Amino acid sequence: MSSSMIIGQYIPADSVIHRLDPRSKIAIIFFYVVIVFFANSVMSYGVLTLFAIGSALLSKVPFRYIMKGLKPVWFLILFTFLLHLFVTREGDVAFSLFGWDVYREGLIQGGAISLRFFLLILVTSLLTLTTTPIEITDAIEELLGPLKKLRFPVHELALMMSISLRFIPTLMQETEKISKAQASRGVDFRTGSFKDRVRAVVPLLVPLFVSAFKRAEELAMAMEARGYQGGEGRTKLRELQLTKIDVLVYGVFVLLVIALFMTRS
Amino acid sequence: MGERQVEFRNVSFRYQEDMPWVLKNVSFTIGPNEWVAIIGHNGSGKSTIAKLMNGLLFPQEGEIFVDGMKVSQESVWDIRKEVGMVFQNPDNQFVGTTVRDDVAFGMENHGMPRDLMVERIKESLKAVRMEDFERYEPHRLSGGQKQRIAIASVLAVSPKFIILDEATAMLDPKGRKEIMQTVREVQQERDLSLITITHDLQEVTQASRVLVMNSGEVWMEGSPREVFSSKDHLTEIGLDTPFVSKMADHLKAEGVSLAREPLNHQELLEDLWTSRSNM
Repeated sequence: MSSSMIIGQYIPADSVIHRLDPRSKIAIIFFYVVIVFFANSVMSYGVLTLFAIGSALLSKVPFRYIMKGLKPVWFLILFTFLLHLFVTREGDVAFSLFGWDVYREGLIQGGAISLRFFLLILVTSLLTLTTTPIEITDAIEELLGPLKKLRFPVHELALMMSISLRFIPTLMQETEKISKAQASRGVDFRTGSFKDRVRAVVPLLVPLFVSAFKRAEELAMAMEARGYQGGEGRTKLRELQLTKIDVLVYGVFVLLVIALFMTRS
Repeated sequence: MGERQVEFRNVSFRYQEDMPWVLKNVSFTIGPNEWVAIIGHNGSGKSTIAKLMNGLLFPQEGEIFVDGMKVSQESVWDIRKEVGMVFQNPDNQFVGTTVRDDVAFGMENHGMPRDLMVERIKESLKAVRMEDFERYEPHRLSGGQKQRIAIASVLAVSPKFIILDEATAMLDPKGRKEIMQTVREVQQERDLSLITITHDLQEVTQASRVLVMNSGEVWMEGSPREVFSSKDHLTEIGLDTPFVSKMADHLKAEGVSLAREPLNHQELLEDLWTSRSNM
């Protein structure tokens, strides 16, 4: 197990986007996702693309990591494009492909939908690339804060998330240990039919679950011994603070929204 | 029931109605600045004692007083501020995602202001000599280092009592040595009472007093020297004695007289060469 194991996709760097308060990032992405659906002209799409690409450049995250985040969805983007291309039957026939008429409207719609997809994925993966999981957890706790009034267990949810993050490496180490122990007892994880290999996972999962439950019990005991009594009256070490950068970025985002509505047709 | 002491008064405990008693009418007092080691077999009730002191369990009979407060459902949060506990498994008591978050956890629970937390984190990490690891994640630390963080987390709340419940059992000899060294330093610096529950005989010899538990009762009580010199009493309940202690027995059987029961190699060696040179 490497000592530099990174949970999630976080790429450390010192950039404006990294320094942005995670709450701001989540809020802006939320609104960005909404306004993407308002774009309907070439110019408005241009404005949105400029914002997304600009953020990506500012984040100083190497291009290949961003591409890696997009990898699983390339197929989906291509698929929606082709679907629109062949199914839409409006407007003039643009050209004919292997005896299938491709309409102009289909080309435009396919392009627009794919671009939307691309922008959404790009912006959301920027969040996970520039924000540590624990920052995201803190931000979610803060942003969901008002729900506490409705008795929604916000603090508990955030604590659960942070404990899960804390135990991912531990459980991965354990999985490795158990799989070695089972392999030494003759369990074969690598060869055989798919069914056999699925079956071989059972002696791996059962001990893992048993130990996870034992850990949970001990952890609960240790937390209680250290005076944990729920979110009530608790102070926090990690504090989120809005800075000038956040205010600046809100300004830029407002300009984006204005530009978008001006360029809509 | 004085200040800065733990008192067990005729305490009996069992986990369920129809189960046998784990502790039977146990009474003892642990004074300020004392280091008490509790030894005994698995199931002799020693871990139960630890959990009772911290209010993780409550006795069916008898009373427990910690720092002048009676342990009860109402006082339990105040008591947990005074009694810090370090458990056996280094991984399963590490709550935070990084060292500083973990040290802060207890303080957060007690609602300490943030500035004080930052200060205390620095202090307590320094006390266990882990100040360079503040930003480390738990999977990058060794077992011994994690246990030192556990001690730091307990120190940060500045309790009057620290219980080490087999805290060194899962460590290698090096880790064990480090922890015991840390504990000794911390105890001297911060004048707190220490309760170690252990199987490790080397640890027992360092304590100021030993409680020997056997099937829910206090079997023996005294200084390590007293306890180890009555070996028959210990072997009767199947407990081992340290190697030096056994060695001294064999020497005595061979007719070598020793001034006192040696607790470590150094003492035995000194005893031997001084008594020889007097001849």
